[in-house]
Amino acid sequence: MNEALERLERTVLHPLTHTTMTYRIVVLALAAVAGWGLYAFSIQMRNGLVVTGMRDYILWGLYISNFVFFIGISHAGTLISAILRVTKAEWRVSITRMAEFITVVALTVGGVFPIIDMGRPDRVPSILWFGRFQSPIVWDILAISTYLTGSAIYLFLPLIEDLAICRDKLPKTLSPWRRLFYRVLSVGWRGTDSQKKSLFTAMGIMAILIIPIAVSVHTVVSFIFAMTLRSGWNSTVYGIYFVAGAIFSGIATIIIVMAILRRAFHLEEYITSKQFVYLGYMLGAFVLIMAYFNLLEFLVPGYKNEEGEGFLLQSMLAGKYAWMYWAYIVAGLGIPAFIILNPRTRNVKGLVIASILVNIAMWLERFLVVVPALDVPLLPREAVTYVPTWVEWSIIAGAFAEFSLIIAVFAKLFPVISIWEVKEQMEQKEHVAAEAETSPATTHGFGERAKTSPFGT
Amino acid sequence: MELTRRELLKWLGATGIAVTAASYIPWLGKSASAEQATTSGTQTTRLRRWSMVIDLKRCDGCIGLKTSPQCTQACIMGHQAPVGMKWIEVFEFKRELGGSYFMPVPCQHCENAPCTNVCPVGATFSTPEGVVLVDQTRCIGCRLCMAACPYQRRFFNWGDPQVPPETRSAKYDLHRQVPAIKGTVMKCSFCVDMARNGSVPFCVAGCPRSALWFGDLEEDIATNSRDIVKLSRFMAENEAFRFKEELGTHPRVYYLPGHGQNVGRNPYQTGLLPASWPWGGKK
Repeated sequence: MNEALERLERTVLHPLTHTTMTYRIVVLALAAVAGWGLYAFSIQMRNGLVVTGMRDYILWGLYISNFVFFIGISHAGTLISAILRVTKAEWRVSITRMAEFITVVALTVGGVFPIIDMGRPDRVPSILWFGRFQSPIVWDILAISTYLTGSAIYLFLPLIEDLAICRDKLPKTLSPWRRLFYRVLSVGWRGTDSQKKSLFTAMGIMAILIIPIAVSVHTVVSFIFAMTLRSGWNSTVYGIYFVAGAIFSGIATIIIVMAILRRAFHLEEYITSKQFVYLGYMLGAFVLIMAYFNLLEFLVPGYKNEEGEGFLLQSMLAGKYAWMYWAYIVAGLGIPAFIILNPRTRNVKGLVIASILVNIAMWLERFLVVVPALDVPLLPREAVTYVPTWVEWSIIAGAFAEFSLIIAVFAKLFPVISIWEVKEQMEQKEHVAAEAETSPATTHGFGERAKTSPFGT
Repeated sequence: MELTRRELLKWLGATGIAVTAASYIPWLGKSASAEQATTSGTQTTRLRRWSMVIDLKRCDGCIGLKTSPQCTQACIMGHQAPVGMKWIEVFEFKRELGGSYFMPVPCQHCENAPCTNVCPVGATFSTPEGVVLVDQTRCIGCRLCMAACPYQRRFFNWGDPQVPPETRSAKYDLHRQVPAIKGTVMKCSFCVDMARNGSVPFCVAGCPRSALWFGDLEEDIATNSRDIVKLSRFMAENEAFRFKEELGTHPRVYYLPGHGQNVGRNPYQTGLLPASWPWGGKK
């Protein structure tokens, strides 16, 4: 057993001290794409939003849809890891860290998009000086900054013990600033009983607190749309529909990131197909939930076929945006459902493919939320089409590169698996197994028994 | 460094309080808004309730005159509006069984304005006289007001506004919206600064058919700069309606139904001409 614990530390800490050539190349490539995005943004700053495809009628485009998408995938993390922590699902321990990374990074990247979309990004501080509580944008800023603060704390708390491990176990050859980094961040952790007790209390509070905060965030994001009088947006289902979509794309993002880091850092022993399959089940459940919301979203207004709603429905189901909508339905709901339901494809490879499809589809879905509703004419005006420019595409590509880049850098600075939690679980299992051997009658609780049972998981 | 439970909790508590407190700072220090500044221009103790009536019986979109709609053109010239912006724009509404009518649409100056509700910084606001204005020196360019406006009467300076060069160096004026500022929203101001000084808006003065009336609901009077009417009676006698009244926005712009019959247009005549900006182009 001791050997297993040592192997765990060795495997998880290895990437923190060893950098492969592939990693360098990937980071360089990502930095180049992010730099290109930055260059595109500098052009936009100089010339204004005229360099985008947005105009007075279709006044929001890729930036706002990307904002909604990234805030959506931020629900990966904290919400899932918190819900699983609160419900004590033991299989979560090896993946919560990655999930929490995704949350913090996605919020940081996504939160910038409303600013990129602004005509006067230089006046962002005005929101602080003149902010009005009546505006959904101010609700957004409050919700997102609260969520970012909360999820940063929630990422940090379970990290403390691992940072102490980094401080104590990493070789002395580490650069002095890295040593200082771990020493400062491990906030004097010694693993005493009183420290553990207060840490667990704090973690328990945060795990419960973060759930309503996460739900509120995407509800409030939907309010930017739902608080207007436009067809499609003028909807009461939007809040919960956005939250469901967020968790849906969040789960898919965890599966993708998990697969990449597992392959890159050889974590197959800790992230097994079990984690993938269980997340796959959650993904499958959300396929159904999303399908249900899509039905509601169209059936209810479609039945009445009010003028604007009818126009929107027509453009989505059979008109200008039909290819996107049906791509979303087929690639985002149909194929993933098939992959998850079929036991032969319900494996790591299949689920990663399903997750990639889900994320592409959810990105399209976010676009379909923003643009077609703006395309519904409020006056008998000439028809217009929104065609994103290279500047917009470059900034979007830059954002995805930046997202991956920060995750890559995080993975070099922090253990991507919660060492102490996996360790604790291993010890507990050992303990329970030993106890069961001597006197099976003393084993308590269904969960514990299932774990030691030969028929168990 | 030994961290006790008490200390850790103290730290967490302090962080929580600090974060919460920080998010309230903006509302503690909220300064006098632009709203208060605009009321100082009103001289009387009675509050004006500026209002417009558009008589569609007299509007033929200026097709009978073979010119572009003159209300739009007068607005562009008077305000030196950036190229592409038609703060008042004439739309041709088709009837289902054939025929059409023309409808000039300025900002509706809603009493329950969806645009001012959503502005995060109070850059757009309703004055006590009921006019919706935009302070371009405060606007952050988020365009939520444009998304919220059910009449599509807000315009954005996507790039450097194309305006007469001499206006660029002018001192900023909230009512005239000069100079136009890149990355901000502009719209019809009801020419409220002129109304206070006793003249009608550019579009009303510029209408060759005298189809546009401007007045004050409080004093119950309106003029098309030729005749003067008792506003409430004029509207009651002519079946005045408001655009998209069912939305509950309470516009200050009223319409009298028609298709230009009083100026000799039959409902099948069509062919609006594009407006032009001497400092830029046609649209």
